[in-house]
Amino acid sequence: MDIRMRKLALSDEILMQVEKPARYIGNEINAVMKDKDLVKVRFAMCFPDVYEIGMSHLGIQIIYDMLNRFEDVWCERLYCPWVDLDAVLRRERIPLFALESQDPVRDFDFLGITLQYEMCYTNILQILDLSGIPLLAGDRGAEDPIVIGGGPCAYNPEPICEFFDLFYIGEGETRYRELISLYEDCRETGFDRKAFLRKAAGIPGIYVPSLYEVSYKEDGTIEAMRPLYPEAPATILKELECDLSHTYYPEKPVVPFIKVTQDRVVLEIQRGCIRGCRFCQAGQLYRPVRERDLAFLREYALKMLASTGHDEISLSSLSSSDYSKLPELIDFLIEECRRQKINISLPSLRIDAFSLDVMSKVQDVKKSSLTFAPEAGSQRLRDIINKGLSEEVILEGARLAFEGGWTRVKLYFMLGLPFETESDIRGIGELSNKIAAVFYETVPKEKRNGRVQIVASTSFFIPKPFTPFQWAPQCRREEFLEKAYFTRKTISEQLNQKSIKYNWHEADASVLEGIMARGDRKLNQVILSAYKKGCFYDAWSEHYKNDLWMQAFEECGIDPDFYTVRERGTDEIFPWDFLDCGVSKEFLLKEWQRARAGDVTPNCREQCQGCGASRFGTGICYEKRGGREA
Amino acid sequence: MKVRVKFSKEGPIKFIGHLDVMRYFQKAIRRAKIDIAYSAGFSPHPILSFASPLSVGHTSQGEYFDMELNSLSDIHELRERLDGEMAQGIRILDAAILSEGEQNAMASVAAAGYRVSFRNPCVFPEHLEQELVSFYERDQIPVVKKTKKGEREINLKEGIYHLEIRDHEVYMLLDAGSGSNLKPGFVLEAFFAEKEIPLPEFPFQIHRLETYKMEEDGRLVPLLGGDAWEK
Repeated sequence: MDIRMRKLALSDEILMQVEKPARYIGNEINAVMKDKDLVKVRFAMCFPDVYEIGMSHLGIQIIYDMLNRFEDVWCERLYCPWVDLDAVLRRERIPLFALESQDPVRDFDFLGITLQYEMCYTNILQILDLSGIPLLAGDRGAEDPIVIGGGPCAYNPEPICEFFDLFYIGEGETRYRELISLYEDCRETGFDRKAFLRKAAGIPGIYVPSLYEVSYKEDGTIEAMRPLYPEAPATILKELECDLSHTYYPEKPVVPFIKVTQDRVVLEIQRGCIRGCRFCQAGQLYRPVRERDLAFLREYALKMLASTGHDEISLSSLSSSDYSKLPELIDFLIEECRRQKINISLPSLRIDAFSLDVMSKVQDVKKSSLTFAPEAGSQRLRDIINKGLSEEVILEGARLAFEGGWTRVKLYFMLGLPFETESDIRGIGELSNKIAAVFYETVPKEKRNGRVQIVASTSFFIPKPFTPFQWAPQCRREEFLEKAYFTRKTISEQLNQKSIKYNWHEADASVLEGIMARGDRKLNQVILSAYKKGCFYDAWSEHYKNDLWMQAFEECGIDPDFYTVRERGTDEIFPWDFLDCGVSKEFLLKEWQRARAGDVTPNCREQCQGCGASRFGTGICYEKRGGREA
Repeated sequence: MKVRVKFSKEGPIKFIGHLDVMRYFQKAIRRAKIDIAYSAGFSPHPILSFASPLSVGHTSQGEYFDMELNSLSDIHELRERLDGEMAQGIRILDAAILSEGEQNAMASVAAAGYRVSFRNPCVFPEHLEQELVSFYERDQIPVVKKTKKGEREINLKEGIYHLEIRDHEVYMLLDAGSGSNLKPGFVLEAFFAEKEIPLPEFPFQIHRLETYKMEEDGRLVPLLGGDAWEK
């Protein structure tokens, strides 16, 4: 095909007037081109945010690679047009298109949307709207794409359930083949959308919201959620890839032309986390911990470096230090990357002698900073959230780091955690101050190059479904801000306050995120109303319009406080209770009670706590360990 | 050893900016397993230098970069291998080992040839074609150029080495030296401004035909091979 024949959906004039036109032209290295007449199913996979964010997401690359290995399927990519192009598309009535073929999305069989954070919900409506697909699933006809959602926010799909035909609950590697084959079968005879959806509901892990009915009590909480058809199961267990060393993984990830957030080879070393921090949703959703083989990781690291030409490789996992063969993997990478002049990036490592030694080999100590995530300022509160990180360990890590030449430290904390008191918050400043003091004790004056730089950042705690804190109240906006001001004040009272910089997140968006995270079906109308008022790109603070959101709640007669500020009763039925992530509600409840008592729970490698994830028959639950077997 | 590579950039890939084209080639060189030399330090980077940036939206058949190699088996094989790693729209046209003492691509750029077509032919009717030629044929073309430091008057004529019109397209040979670089769009905008004819947004499609260096005898020759420029 002659290059000048590949026709773009947008004219030169449009592409010249928008920012970063390369976001919209496709044709990147390793992008998959197929002949549309030779495939049966066309799948548009969307990350509902701007290109640079979406292209940095590993999950999409895995699914894109997997679907394109199916001969009968062509999967293409799609991201949100930035606000400048959004305006042009609306003005000129140009339908939204997928990057590879540049064909309109509405001509596709499937539109898959990954749900990575709650603040993208209005962008889902932007995608549907610009594509010319009815926003409500109930208004769609035989020719509209099947709109499917997946990813972590699909674990509470209810606030957006009316915009989706179905949700895929869990890991994408397992059920797409079955779903697509079912679709092909249904297409062979006259396509009946409802009949297809009813059959799809019979596939494990598939949730079809239109097949369920929810009734409410007078206080607004859920009375019951019932399937309306026999095909729809009363509870849906998440899908899980049991063997991560023998499954789909991209050998040739797409290489963007423009600089994106994650502009490197990404090697996912394991899924899940042994730690069980009580605020962390990912730590529960991806249980049990499953590691990939060293041989698998070596093979894919080399293949991906060769096929992309990237000059950097990064390890990905929730807690890389817990990967059992980390030293061997790192030795291999250091040797290979030195030979090939590749940089290694090692996020999510716990700071200790081993990791500092590794980091000093792979990065320039003077230019890099170290990150600690104590999450809470006091030991009392760290025990409540089950963050197994003590002050001694932090200070010892800092001492080793300062001896090794580091002078910059980043500290991450949360404000508004359950049972937090003023003295816990004061602990943030005190811990920052102690770390600074360690620097001045450790590094003699003649070796110092100015002050130590400590950056303490706080985010506001948002209770999430399927965590022990799913029952917890969330702070109001004003409480959040008071806590941030108090943190700032107590930091400024520290002896080494000149070495400490403090940043905090915005409060309004955190409140909305909390509403969406634990919301129910009634929020669909609020999101729709907010979108119609002009809300989108809510995850971008410069585009977040809190006043419009508040108007939307008011007009829909929905009290946002209902979703956030009350402590939920232990007998309350949650909107996400019909989903089963593998971890039982009883276990989460026990953890909520242990949190209240300040009891620390050992991690999965120390001792099995019987969370329920052993039912998948794989991973850490079946490894030998010191404690009792699962 | 230094190798100079000539490439073209056409089609939708014209929307990739200069910095991204540089990053694109760094990756392509790795994929092609070319034994390029790296700088020292903690984050070594391949030693690569481009002749002259091409604006977003412009196409070209005369782009160049130099790279420093540790080893090379065969220059034709290198060219083939690198060409095999290109995205649609970029082709490797030529590659050659530079002789000792050859100036680097960026420093040697003296001039560039362009072909400018009008997206909308009505913007450039035939009577204007004649007027553009007369505009060029004057001895002095004083125009005001906006720079970072303010405005200054320059004589446009000094930077236009040649201008002619063939088949409604404007062919220009312009000064492309560092500091005196003249953009083809700027020349045409100056002409339309003098005629007081308003231009629509993005009126031109600009294509770079070749990039030239200057020989000691004053002849302009392409950065790699090829014949000296002649009218």
